[in-house]
Formats: sequence, C-alpha cells, structure tokens
Amino acid sequence: MSNKILQIVLEGLIMGGIYALISMGLTMQYGVARILNVSHGEFIMVGAFITWMLTTMAGISPLLALIICMPVTFLIGYILHRTLYKKLKDLTPSAGAYEGNAMLISFGLMFIIQSVAQKIWGSSPQGYKYLTFSFKIGKTAIAVNRLFVLFVTIIISVIFYFFLNRTRMGKAIRASSQDPAAAGMMGIKINRVMAICFGIGAILAGIAGSLLSMINNINTSMGMNYTVIALIVVVLGGLGSIPGSLVGGLILGFVGSIVNRIDTSLYMVVFYVLIMVLLLVRPKGLLGR
Amino acid sequence: MNTNISRGRLNAKKIAPPGLSLLALILLSLLPIFVTDYTIIKINSIISFVIIAVSWSIFSGPTGYISLSTAAFYGLGMYASAILGNHLPLPLVMVISGIASFIIALIIGVITLRLRGVYFTIFTFGLVELLRNLILWLEIKFSGTRGRFVPSVDFQQVFYCILGTLAIILLISYLIKRSRFGLALIGIGESEDAAAHIGINTTLVKVLGFSISSFAVGAVGAAMATRTNYIDPGIAFNMLMSFMPVLMAIFGGMSTIPGPIIGAAVFAYLEELLITKVPEYFMIIFGAIMIIAILFLPNGLTGIAGKLFKRRKGAGKNANT
Amino acid sequence: MPILNATGVSKAFGGLKAVSQVDFHVAEGEILGLIGPNGAGKSTLFNLISGAIPLDSGTIMFDGVKISGKKPDKICRLGIGRTFQTAQNFAGMSLRQNVLMGALFGKKGQSATQAAADVDEILDFVGLTELCDKQVSDIPLAYQKRLEVARALATKPRLLMLDEMMAGLNPTEVAEAMELVEKIRNSGITVIMIEHVMKAIMSICDRIIVLHHGQKIADGTPQEVSSMGTVIEVYLGQ
Repeated sequence: MSNKILQIVLEGLIMGGIYALISMGLTMQYGVARILNVSHGEFIMVGAFITWMLTTMAGISPLLALIICMPVTFLIGYILHRTLYKKLKDLTPSAGAYEGNAMLISFGLMFIIQSVAQKIWGSSPQGYKYLTFSFKIGKTAIAVNRLFVLFVTIIISVIFYFFLNRTRMGKAIRASSQDPAAAGMMGIKINRVMAICFGIGAILAGIAGSLLSMINNINTSMGMNYTVIALIVVVLGGLGSIPGSLVGGLILGFVGSIVNRIDTSLYMVVFYVLIMVLLLVRPKGLLGR
Repeated sequence: MNTNISRGRLNAKKIAPPGLSLLALILLSLLPIFVTDYTIIKINSIISFVIIAVSWSIFSGPTGYISLSTAAFYGLGMYASAILGNHLPLPLVMVISGIASFIIALIIGVITLRLRGVYFTIFTFGLVELLRNLILWLEIKFSGTRGRFVPSVDFQQVFYCILGTLAIILLISYLIKRSRFGLALIGIGESEDAAAHIGINTTLVKVLGFSISSFAVGAVGAAMATRTNYIDPGIAFNMLMSFMPVLMAIFGGMSTIPGPIIGAAVFAYLEELLITKVPEYFMIIFGAIMIIAILFLPNGLTGIAGKLFKRRKGAGKNANT
Repeated sequence: MPILNATGVSKAFGGLKAVSQVDFHVAEGEILGLIGPNGAGKSTLFNLISGAIPLDSGTIMFDGVKISGKKPDKICRLGIGRTFQTAQNFAGMSLRQNVLMGALFGKKGQSATQAAADVDEILDFVGLTELCDKQVSDIPLAYQKRLEVARALATKPRLLMLDEMMAGLNPTEVAEAMELVEKIRNSGITVIMIEHVMKAIMSICDRIIVLHHGQKIADGTPQEVSSMGTVIEVYLGQ
C-alpha cells in the first residue's frame, strides 16, 4: 500500500514539475506579452527532438543537449516576437483585438512548426536510453532518470524564481506584467521585455521537452497534448499568475498520477471535468487576482 | 462593422440579398442534371464549408468570442451518422444530430459563456480534445473497437440534404442580422458592459447565439460522414475542422453574410487544390495563409472590396460637387 | 418614501474591503452626490447597485423591490440607468444607433417605431441631434460622455447613476453638463452622481454622501458636509 502511495506521489511530483515548467512558460507569454501561445507545445516537441538528435547522432549527453536547447529555443521565441507579433501589435488597434489575433497567429505557427518537424523528423516515435537503471526504497523501484528529471526541474524553478525576483530584468518583467503603460513610462523598453518574456516562455518549453525525452518516447505530434495541459493549468491557477501555474501544475500532476493508476486513457477527460467544475466555483482560477 | 439596423422601410437594397440567394439556391438545386458525379462530390464539400463558415459567423462574427468548437459538433454529427445511419434515413439523422448539437452547445455555453474572451476560446478548444478522448475511452471500454463504419448514402441525396441545410442557415443568419437578437449580439461585441446595462440579457443572448451557430455544424457532420466509410475519434474530432471556419471568416471578412460565404468558397477550393497538388506542404501553407490573413486582411476580402467601392463612390461624389 | 434603500452593503476584493457596511437611501426626485478620494469605493458602489458585480452582504431595495442579487439587465429594466467611469459606448455604431440600442432593449415590449421616436426626442434633449449620424470614434470625449447619458435615458430609467460625467471637461462643458443634470431631474428622474468637480457637486446636489476607505463618513446637505471636520480632513482639505 505505502509502496503504491510512494509511487503515486513521486510520479505526481515528476509530471507536476514538468507541467509547472510548461505552464510558467505559458504564463510568461500570456501574463506579460499578452499572447496565449497555442504553439507552446510545439516548442516542447522541438526541445525534445533537438535533445534526441544531439544525443543519438552527435553522442552528446542529454544534459548538455538540454543546455544547448536553451539558447536555441530562446532565439526562436525572441525572433518570432520581434518580427511577427511586433508587426501584429503595430497593425492592431485595440488590446482586446490583439489578444484574439495573437492567439490565432500562434495557431498558425502551431501548424507550421508541427508540419516542418514532421518533414525533418518523421512521425514515428523516437527515444534513447539515459540513466535507465533503478534503485529501491523499501519495495519501491525508482528509475534514476525520473529522479534526475525531478532534480533538474527543481533547479530550473529555483533559478527562474531568482531571475524574476532578484535581477533587473526580472523586476522589469514583473513591473510590465502589472502595468505595461506605467512600466513604459518608467523607461522600461516594453517591446524588448515582451520579446524576452516570449523567449523565456520558449526556453521553459524547450527544457520541458528535453526532460520529457529523457523519460518517455517522443513523437512530432506530442505538442498539442501538452499545450492543452498548459492551458488547463494556467486557467486553473488564474491567467497570468506565476505561483498559480506552479501550484496548478503540481495539482494536475498529482491528479494525473492518480488517474493513471485507474485508467491511463482517462486523464485528459478528468482534467477537463476538473477545470469545468473549478470554473463554475471560482471563475478567476485558484489564485487569480 | 456592418450594423444593419432596420428602420422599417423596404427597399430594393434589402430585398436584393435574400432574392439573389434564393435564385442561387434554385440554380444550385438543378446542378445534378448538368454536371458529373465527381463534381457533385466536390460541390458537396464546398457547400458544407460554406454552412460551417456561415454558422460560425452567426455567433463569433458579431460578438468576437472566437469559438474553436466546430470540430466537436462536426465530429458528433459523424458519430450520429455512424450509429443511426443504418436505421434511419439521412435527413432524420441530420435533424437528430442538429438537435443534439444544439443541446450540447446550450450546456457548454451555460458553463463557459460566463467567462470572457480567451477563456471561452480555450474551453471550446479543449472541448474537441475532451470529446475525442472521451469517445475513444467509451468505444474501447464498451464496444471494444476503435472505429466504426458509416453506412454510405447516395451523394445526390447528400447534395440535396446539405443544400437544404444551407438554405436554412442562410435564412437564419439573415433573419438574425435583421432582428433585435442580432443587434444584441453586436452590442455584446462592442461593449459587453454597456449591453448588459441597457437591458440586454447578455448570458442568454450569448448562449442562444452559440447554440444556434452549432446545430447546423452537427447536421453537416452527419451528412459528410457518409462520404468516408470509416471513422474513429481521431478522424471525427479533427482539430483542423475548428480552424477552417475561423480562417474562412477572417479571409472573407466577418461582419457581413457574403464574407464567410466567399471565404469558404475560396478556401474550400484552395484546400482541394493544395491537398491534391502538394499534400505534404498543405499544413505549412495552411498555417502561413492563416498568419498572413490575420496580419494583412483585418476585414477580409469583402472588407477590401468594400473599401475599393467606398473610394470609388467617394471619388464620384467629389467629381459631382 | 425613498426610491432606493441600501442596508449593510459590503464588498471585498481579496483582502481589500472596497465597500464596507454602507447604509444609505435616495429620495425620489433628488440629486444625490457621491464623493470621496480615489479608491474610496464610489464606483464599486455603483457596480453593486447596477448589478455589475455581486455583493458580499447587505440588501439594496429599489422602489420596494429587492434588486441585490439580480443581473444588470433585470435591474436596468426595473428602472435604473447608469454611465461608466470610462465611457462605454458601442464604438462601431453611429450615435443614433447607440441611443436606439437603449430604447430597444431598455423596456420590455418596446416597438421599433416607438423606439425610433424616443431616440429623436432624447437626442434633442441632450443636444446631440446634429452629431447623430457620426461614429462614436469620431466625436470628442465630452460628447461621448453625453452619449452614454442619452443611451441610459433611452432605457427610461426612474433612477440615473452618473459616474464622473464631468471628468476631463472644460469649464463651458461642465456648465452644460450641470444644466443637463438639472434638466434630467426636472423631467422627474432621480439622479446619483459620482463627481470630482467640487463646484458642480456643491451647487447642484440636494444631498451628498462621502465615502472613505469603503465606509460612509458623512451624509447631509452640501453645507453640512462641507463644514464637517472629518470630511475636510480626508477630502476637502487636500
């Protein structure tokens, strides 16, 4: 019994941590740059495949591949914002219209990235072996790669926390998320901050993808599922709230880990029902302002 | 935005659009006499896209609430056809599927339309995923299969069925544009707070609008399912279907009835062309068109046409004075 | 017999008490001024009365009917009209269409011809007849605020709530706005107004309520209120 509980808790922490990373990324993109980026999951997929490629073809360690992934995904995100979304912002008159259109553009990106990835990497599942041995706590066998993923997730979250709270850029980002107009007047280059936030969102997605490739098989259509999960977490935690996405991600991780024990194919259904019920009770999310 | 407020007068301009549509529909209904079977199949798919685009614009056009639920209702329609098709004639299956879609939209609407803006879009987006997962689970659990066979129906019959649906949805769209209900929808899109405070029951109007814009999608899904003889949750609940009407409406312009029709016709043709000529690049081009349309066609093709027309009219006025 | 009666009205956002245990009434036919520093809870109080946001506790009665807990459209149809702090108009429509919206939806069973006739009358009443075919986005702010008043009047209210209708207007426009408020009251409509333009508030209000940190700290005629020590301290003295 305790054996099962330990496994559920561990699995919940591992998946919850990854969900939290993904959702914090989406929150950066929505909370500051006002883009509900539906192509978020595709960045996860790209991160996963870059890691897979570097590991299997160039023989690089997956951890090093993860670090290489970071600037790559950041640049893709940053450039996309500086070109596409900047252009859209200049062309759209009202903030409401911008949000709607930005979301639609990200849908367009989703289609493009996914099919380009399919051209390059095909559509069959891929994977590699990394730290596949396990050890035992009592009667429970624990795979080392899963523990490693959890460890990296925690480190990244801590770095992210310090970045937001202790650095100049982090402070500028938080100011911009609260009141972009005022932040602009205080001399913060708002367009640059937004582009950086979009890039950081992409990094977090890329890292999550890297980590996922260490423990699961990956395929080029994996992104959509994670996009939906990130959206659910972000709604759960209240749109635009970083602590909200952390808590929401962990909750969803645990719920998923419990549901997985009962029936693996049911977890998306449970997530959706969960969010429906929550929104009926608390329309602004768990920790929404 | 085209705010067609009725002032109680009848004139040629007002009779023209329904008159022309009626004429077009009659001409269309004679089509099977003249063209090949292959052409009818193509036309069926174009008409079904027009129905979907017009349906979508009934609600999302004026209110700005972007719905991505089209694939959900279309998929439900396909399943209605697969389950009931052996026992009931197609028109009846379509009616049942339409009513079921209406009721489900009503329920979803009551829950999600209390939320504004992007929340609603996310939910309709998630709905498709939910139904796909739920039905897959139900099928494996209870019927022990992944997919189902859809009884095929003569495509001429399909043609007349969806032509009938087109006539109904065009009529509804036209009547709504001229009604207080239509004005209320526009009001919600312009300022939801102001609308609520001048006596518009915004929740009721939104839920009803969303439901009306969903029933024909369910009906068309049932009709079009007869073309493919096998469906599974992945085929029936194809996300792409949700984006088609958004793109068509943006492409054609959302605020007029001809907008989505033109968008759908152009797009359906384009889709056919791309899928047959460059199937492997279809999605990339689809995404690119989507981005370009949003960036450069804020009022769609009809918006551009309207601007040109206005400019010419303006020039004429200047010349006269 | 007061037309509006509120008892124990409270609303908190998170930990912040925006409005706390406020009791007040509005007498039929009066102009009631609602003043207080920024963030005192004035607009929140309007939102609670009009049903834009639900109250946490308390009751609001309008003409003997309990309106707290009702939706904005119901409250509007019972006879309460309002404007917003930042003008909320149907930006894509002409001025006439904006007012027509109010006339069509404000009362049950309003016929289209009757509504159209009402619109002409109201446009004339607020002095917007000449601009009536212009788009909302093409007219200056002063007129946009007046348009909101016209649209609210078109719903045939018995009580009209004006939220900072004079903010950002020049002295001539303020004078015109004051004249309009008097005219509205003389046509038999009770008025509550939130205002920062002291000259206007002091000269046209019959009675003034002062809010501070969500609480009512004064209630009386302009003379009484302006001589109260606490009021001078928190507000007038600034």
